[in-house]
Amino acid sequence: MLAQSGVGLTQILVVVLYLLVVVYLGWLGYSRTKTATDYLVAGRKIHPFVMAMSYGATFISTSAIVGFGGVAGLFGMSVLWLTFCNIFVGIFIAFVVLAPPARRMGHRLDAHTFPELLGRRYESKFVQVFAGLVIFLFIPLYAAAVLIGGCEFISTQFNIDYNVALLVFSVIIAAYVVMGGLKGVMYSDALQGSIMFLGMLILLIFTYAKLGGVTRAHTRLTDLAPLVPGSLQSIGHRGWTAMPAFGFGDPKYNLWWIVISTITLGVGIGVLAQPQLVVRFMTVKSRRELNRAVAVGGVFIIIMTGVAFTVGSLSNAYLANYGDPMTGRVAKMLDEDKGLAVLQIMTKNDAGVWTEVEGKMAPVKLFEGELDAAAQEAGIRTGRSISVVYAGGSADQIIPTYITKAMPTWFGLLFLLTLLAAAMSTLSSQFHAVGTSIGRDVYEQLTERHEHSIIVNRTGIIIGIIIAMLWSYYARGGYIIARATAIFFGLCASAFLPAFIGGLFWKRITRPAAIASMVAGFVVTAFWLLFVKAAEAGDIGLVQKLTGGQRSILANSHNWPVVDPLVVALPVSVIVAVVVSLLTKPPSQEHMSRCFK
Amino acid sequence: MFGIEDKYVSLAYLLCIASSLLCVVYGLLNWNRGQEETREEDVRWAQEEKHVEEEL
Repeated sequence: MLAQSGVGLTQILVVVLYLLVVVYLGWLGYSRTKTATDYLVAGRKIHPFVMAMSYGATFISTSAIVGFGGVAGLFGMSVLWLTFCNIFVGIFIAFVVLAPPARRMGHRLDAHTFPELLGRRYESKFVQVFAGLVIFLFIPLYAAAVLIGGCEFISTQFNIDYNVALLVFSVIIAAYVVMGGLKGVMYSDALQGSIMFLGMLILLIFTYAKLGGVTRAHTRLTDLAPLVPGSLQSIGHRGWTAMPAFGFGDPKYNLWWIVISTITLGVGIGVLAQPQLVVRFMTVKSRRELNRAVAVGGVFIIIMTGVAFTVGSLSNAYLANYGDPMTGRVAKMLDEDKGLAVLQIMTKNDAGVWTEVEGKMAPVKLFEGELDAAAQEAGIRTGRSISVVYAGGSADQIIPTYITKAMPTWFGLLFLLTLLAAAMSTLSSQFHAVGTSIGRDVYEQLTERHEHSIIVNRTGIIIGIIIAMLWSYYARGGYIIARATAIFFGLCASAFLPAFIGGLFWKRITRPAAIASMVAGFVVTAFWLLFVKAAEAGDIGLVQKLTGGQRSILANSHNWPVVDPLVVALPVSVIVAVVVSLLTKPPSQEHMSRCFK
Repeated sequence: MFGIEDKYVSLAYLLCIASSLLCVVYGLLNWNRGQEETREEDVRWAQEEKHVEEEL
């Protein structure tokens, strides 16, 4: 199998060498006590570069690069609003506003997980167990998004079956987790962050250089607007450098609601209540380290998601100008001056006769290809198409396809390391959260015993990995990576954000209010995913039984079936937190002084 | 602007760069601010965290 694939000895050696270095750093960190905690125990400071790279590598995964980069290839540069949120909300607000009080309160209350922080802030076992269960049950969905992102690239780049890629990738990740990857060794994370930074920086420079510079590249992309497929035009896609049409109450506004409510808000706001990221704040020595990390983090994130989304969009300009030629007859001329048309794809059979490939049409930029006289006589034209066509209709395949077709072979290898690094650093923190949530937050709280906690932790992690693998095996297609990520981020925001921010800044918020807000945020999100949001509800299938075949209970109310749960669930959760707080008895002065001192 | 057709997409492009610069400027201006003494609660927390890590 390997002989038929694109996997060579060099590729295998480089990957093995990289894994050995990561494992060695992990072992070094473990044996010489170099985890973040060790620094804190010893009262020493972590270099801000290491802290920021570690946070960044945990935050950014293959989901952001492959999944959301592919979404940008499909929907265009409007997705850059998410990059703005990633930097302004995910770094600036998170580090400057939330991190200092979260760190201080975590230390005061001796909280070691996100559910524990909430549970102790509200003196509620229910809060901790509920949050622990939500994280344990849903974080594998996000882990699956990360796994799929890595496997889509490996299968395309090395021409191997997706399921083989999934198996190999999962084994590598599981081995890394078992061999100490969960301990949050800062230097391993920093190495992974640095590789990611280098890989994405080269990708950006290479792409702009190939397309003639920044402005020229964007102009070439703008010129392709007529090539937007009809199915996307009908939901408001107006070109890869334009915002989707805005409005409400008509299917032609669907894309705006997908880009802004699901892609931008779901992930952009949800980052503030990510359990695996909040814990990172507690491991720093002082506010000074956080201040310094803001500078490094701001640059890191723009080079990650900013580059992925820009290059994802620009892949259309590259492939429409330099991609593999397609042949066929012009079915519809879109723009005579720019040479843009819809081509009915045709191939020449063994007898030299041109025949239509049934049902295969592609929007193309025409060019004068080398065709023989017979072909010219038959009206055959040559053209190059947009990313999603070369990616076989799957947005998740756009970035892998672009890297394979546009970038030199050596870069494919560097990009593989970039994605391995991105996946390993994020997955290790996700499985860390899985283990602690089921062990410390659920099992220990419910049984009030500690002795079997280690077994529960580890069993939880194994179950988490298996569930993530199963998700990755069964859930493919569309832009599933971005959707799965957005579901988890949105759920965290709706269920936890009001209780988390209220707990840090508002002394009047009460235990019943936190419980009601978390349950309301969770229930509304679950309801929306089961019955309203067509993409998810339709796949789950419950709503069809209820409505006799419809994919949403609001199928006839335009735009609602594409609105993200967060848009409804977060305001409900905030209102519930405020109203119930004002209606219930304030927490004791004694507890407040323990929390805030 | 920069060959981008739509002003709201141009704005997003600019805001990405501006927010990144904001982070850099903020980080540099506050590079030496916010130093805190390690308190007893910090050390206690770190020791317990070490224990949590060991259990994983």
